[in-house]
Amino acid sequence: MGGWAIAVHGGAGVDPNLPTHRQEEAKQLLARCLNLGISALRTSLSAVDVVELVVRELETDPLFNSGRGSALTENGTVEMEASIMDGPKRRCGAVSGISTVKNPVSLARLVMEKSPHSYLAFSGAEEFARKQGVELVDNEYFITEDNKGMLKLAKEANSIVNLVSIITLTSKDVGTMVRDIYEFDYRIPILGTCSAGAGAIESALQMNGLPISIYAPETVGCVVVDSQGRCAAATSTGGLMNKMMGRIGDSPLIGAGTYACDLCGVSCTGEGEAIIRGTLAREVAAVMEYKGLGLQDAVDFVVKERLDEGKAGIIAVSNKGEVACGFNTTGMFRGSATEDGYMEVGIWDQD
Amino acid sequence: MGGWAIAVHGGAGVDPNLPTHRQEEAKQLLARCLNLGISALRSSLSAIDVVELVVRELETDPLFNSGRGSALTENGTVEMEASIMDGPKRRCGAVSGISTVKNPVSLARLVMEKSPHSYLAFSGAEEFARKQGVEMVDNEYFITKDNKGMLKLAKEANSIVFDYRIPILGTCSAGAGAIESALQMNGLPIIIYAPETVGCVVVDSQGRCAAATSTGGLMNKMMGRIGDSPLIGAGTYACDLCGVSCTGEGEAIIRGTLAREVAAVMEYKGLGLQDAVDFVVKERLDEGKAGIIAVSNKGEVACGFNTTGMFRGCASEDGYMEVGIWDQD
Repeated sequence: MGGWAIAVHGGAGVDPNLPTHRQEEAKQLLARCLNLGISALRTSLSAVDVVELVVRELETDPLFNSGRGSALTENGTVEMEASIMDGPKRRCGAVSGISTVKNPVSLARLVMEKSPHSYLAFSGAEEFARKQGVELVDNEYFITEDNKGMLKLAKEANSIVNLVSIITLTSKDVGTMVRDIYEFDYRIPILGTCSAGAGAIESALQMNGLPISIYAPETVGCVVVDSQGRCAAATSTGGLMNKMMGRIGDSPLIGAGTYACDLCGVSCTGEGEAIIRGTLAREVAAVMEYKGLGLQDAVDFVVKERLDEGKAGIIAVSNKGEVACGFNTTGMFRGSATEDGYMEVGIWDQD
Repeated sequence: MGGWAIAVHGGAGVDPNLPTHRQEEAKQLLARCLNLGISALRSSLSAIDVVELVVRELETDPLFNSGRGSALTENGTVEMEASIMDGPKRRCGAVSGISTVKNPVSLARLVMEKSPHSYLAFSGAEEFARKQGVEMVDNEYFITKDNKGMLKLAKEANSIVFDYRIPILGTCSAGAGAIESALQMNGLPIIIYAPETVGCVVVDSQGRCAAATSTGGLMNKMMGRIGDSPLIGAGTYACDLCGVSCTGEGEAIIRGTLAREVAAVMEYKGLGLQDAVDFVVKERLDEGKAGIIAVSNKGEVACGFNTTGMFRGCASEDGYMEVGIWDQD
């Protein structure tokens, strides 16, 4: 073993009905980011530089839920957050409530390296960004048409899901309601039959209280071990669709969404509350340290034991050049590669 | 063993020259809060209710750095944060950037119980507070004269050490001694550094653990700075096994995931509570300075710190009660 390794993710919890062309788009973006990271690793960039570089690319591309293309708050705005951690010495930086900084992960890095603190948020963070001269844009820059549509659906889903749970409707009623509500939703085929309508509601996978067809996987992340065995991790997100203003999720929280130490680098994604109460990212490292588990066993153990009813996914690398991932969700956008030539991009369990 | 246990803290890292009357004031407040918690435990209040109750008391009293009496930001305002965690099911709630809510720990509890999220901050948190009808006050309510003075000193300390607590220097050797022996925490001389938090951990008579931590944060901090106190796994943690609250250098506590670590070494290494606290203080802090209080589901209580002093008090159902500041207390 040994050598470098890299993994990226674009969120856990994927609509099983995601149209094929969107799956392809996602896989192409993941592959492009992997390759970006691989090139950087081949030029001996350090792990923390590589994770920042790759997450910047994921933020800039509007496809996943970070930077441009972030999920929207209940008010239709974007509030982003990110964290980064450097394994050697466990240095870390994080930001929350970012609304005008083009690349939140880079601001998190500046917090780590240029401020006396570890975590800055909201207007204080924006002020720091201004003083640091980072690239600032209007909040509109981050908002996409896709996500405006999704916000609308999410708001309607809160009423329809509540309604269905308290009223017994005939299949026909449900089918009609669903068709009317989902007139604008490219992710659910227009429902022509009652049974399909009822089926759509009954089989509605949920994450974070939203039907899976509307739920936007919450984050992007990257973990890297470089050829010197240094691990790093970074995670970035727009957060939960239709979230309350001021809501902070797991992505900026060290030990929850992101963790790196001498042994490994970890980034998590999924239901924020489950990741926070499970201190998921730290847990992978802790079971390696305290139980002597190897990387994949540690990831599997944590997914199995620390989530209770929660849904999440994890990517991780070890200082030995290994890469691993695990998830208990329906799908996770991910890619991994190692110096020995292994490379894989996938979405589903069986990928 | 078994039975209830409770510990409180008012921060780690204490000026060794703290005047005696201030030490007495602190010990009286710690004792009063312990007794408040003990009465509540005797009336069978649950652990989560007790930690909230006790931390509210610590926030309301201006002595320590939380609620009224919070440290000030670089702009002279107060931005508070808090977190609370309920061991059974590991439910949690946290808030940051609070400037008009009288008791941040209670807002953190509302986030846990009345919002779909775990952590709310700044104006979004204040808006939630308003909708929940919690008690709101002006930011000035939280600001004390003491802390205005400390802020001034902290700003000056960034260039030169000037502090009214050091006797006017008449001899060079005393002067040199004062500078050389300047303990530092979080980059500030210890004479100016305001210990950062208050906290409470409880196990009730049903063996349920809970923890809560609250703070105004670091004196002269940047606006928007978040420390370890609202971060689950760093400043606060509770699970089936134990409840933990930490205080000290925020960065060290965050990168060390200190509160979670105590529980993790109990779970994964089979250490008992005090051994776990000692292990974490020794192994997880590197050059960092911090203190920990913890209780276990077996009714034990423990604390540990590598700082010069930690304002603390502990009690357990078997009649043990102790309030202290220094190592040898």
